[in-house]
Amino acid sequence: MQQSPDISNTLMKKRFRIGEFLAEKVITATAFLSFTFIVLIFVFVFRETLPLFSPPEPVATVEELGEQETYGDLVLTEAEQAAESKEKNKDHVDEGVTVENLAGDRWQPISGKPKYGLLPLIVGSLKVSLIAVLLAAPIGILAALFTAAFAPKWAKEALKPVIEILAGFPSVVIGFFALVVLATYVQDTFGLQYRLNAFVGGVAMSLAVIPLIFTISEDAISAVPKSLTEASLALGATRWQTALKVILPAATPGIFAAVLLGIGRAFGETMIVLMATGNAALTSADPFEPVRTMSATIGAEMAEVVFGETHYHILFLIGSILFLFTFTLNAVAEIFVRQRLMKKFRGD
Amino acid sequence: MKRFIATLLLFTFTPSLFAADVITVKGSDTMVILAQRWAELYMKKNPNVTIQVTGGGSGTGISALINGTTDICNASRPMKPGEKQKLKHRFSSLGVEIKTAKDGIALYVHEKNPVKELTVQQIKDIYTGKITNWKQVGGSDARIILYSRENNSGTYVYFKENVLDDEDYAPSCQNMPGTAALVNAVSKDPNGIGYGGAAYAKGIRDVAVKADEGAPAMMPTAENVKSGQYPITRFLYMYVKSKPTGAMKEYIDWILSEEGQSIVTKVGYFPLR
Repeated sequence: MQQSPDISNTLMKKRFRIGEFLAEKVITATAFLSFTFIVLIFVFVFRETLPLFSPPEPVATVEELGEQETYGDLVLTEAEQAAESKEKNKDHVDEGVTVENLAGDRWQPISGKPKYGLLPLIVGSLKVSLIAVLLAAPIGILAALFTAAFAPKWAKEALKPVIEILAGFPSVVIGFFALVVLATYVQDTFGLQYRLNAFVGGVAMSLAVIPLIFTISEDAISAVPKSLTEASLALGATRWQTALKVILPAATPGIFAAVLLGIGRAFGETMIVLMATGNAALTSADPFEPVRTMSATIGAEMAEVVFGETHYHILFLIGSILFLFTFTLNAVAEIFVRQRLMKKFRGD
Repeated sequence: MKRFIATLLLFTFTPSLFAADVITVKGSDTMVILAQRWAELYMKKNPNVTIQVTGGGSGTGISALINGTTDICNASRPMKPGEKQKLKHRFSSLGVEIKTAKDGIALYVHEKNPVKELTVQQIKDIYTGKITNWKQVGGSDARIILYSRENNSGTYVYFKENVLDDEDYAPSCQNMPGTAALVNAVSKDPNGIGYGGAAYAKGIRDVAVKADEGAPAMMPTAENVKSGQYPITRFLYMYVKSKPTGAMKEYIDWILSEEGQSIVTKVGYFPLR
């Protein structure tokens, strides 16, 4: 868009443009490559979900398959033999899944009659994300407001990078910290029955979400035109009045986007919840009970699931739901920032 | 420094130049340390063989065997019919099972918990949610907080099938990612109970287990697990596609030999005999 002044210049140096031309194409290709990757991941996740809606491949019974060979000269005792045949002669029937099963409130995928109720997982994810964002949003936004509108230059230069470093903190470290230290502290403070619960997970998660909300809010607040601030101050408003009544409302779309992205991050975060929430699939509104989130379920179960079975496809179904949810949130956030914020300051 | 790099290069290239035999081993996280010890020692004695060991879980290992990306798969549970069927489909062989070691599943409680022994039936009732208070099994008046492994673990499946008689775990049961996390959680929860390999049990107290009301209470010691008197014992398996031959046969024979089995004890599991 800003090339127009250079056009005559580039026309003159046409001979030398081949290298530039190639570089440009490489960069373009790289950009589109990431776009392609996202589309491919999208396709992959949905493709793996689809077989769920067709009847599963029948599994042979123990008799049909016959005895497996063994190796080694170990002779089993009677008790061992009994235990082993009991374990091995259990027929494993993959009956697929019904909608009623998916809508149930029990998650017991490894079971004689597997129960794939998604309700506790969705409730779990929402509960933890909500707690995390309720804690992180005020802290992140206020910190951003301070940094952008009040802080002296040296404080701003110190605060911004430090908080942003927190965003790059490995979530497994935050999760471990929550598991070992934070959980005990929270339990002792509130006298809780369960040491690991949604609240502990939410608090730990807020550590991961705060930097995200902070960074985007800070950008939004900094982007508020100086003229607005100056006009407000010139009219006799104090700095606090200016910040609260002029800057903050002007930055609202951006802050809203920040919160939405924060929810998206909290929803998809796996390691922290896997370690800190106890992973019990309970459907309750009590924030101090253990929960099992969708992302933690995928994280925990994917490694061991029998490839191509109903359970495997269900995990991808959960993945699709997560994908759609975060995708929608990000899209809404993007539209808010792009259209509302930009229009507000440029369009009028 | 130059010499260091030279040695490093030598180390990197020697196996690929001289070793004709590379054996890949993948599977159970429970067995990964044991498998690594075996591999290290065997490679020291047989420099012409390279053994690569990775974890990932029993299911991951079996999938890798089915997909042909590993030679040997470690598993802390037997193969399921669905998996055997897939293997047969692909290689027209049901696979060969090798029992390599025994493991006792210990029940842990907090150090200060007064409960010293439980019957298998009581354990089942506790984990299925029929017994919810420590008072009911001779402890103090407090709610029992259940800790379990994640359902991706071979231990979870074994415990469910053999202790819970295939009934479902109580929904309030908290699933911990890995035995280390579970042990940590129980060590900080005075009302907690958990289970896992005897190899991991440190910093918390094991409960003695009785097969039934009249049976003697057994601790998960080497003696009791080896003799089969401890009621909750299982095998640790290796699976291969077909009857082992060549370098692989030598390796597996060595694992089953006295020398290989002595390593099992050092890692904290129990030899077959």
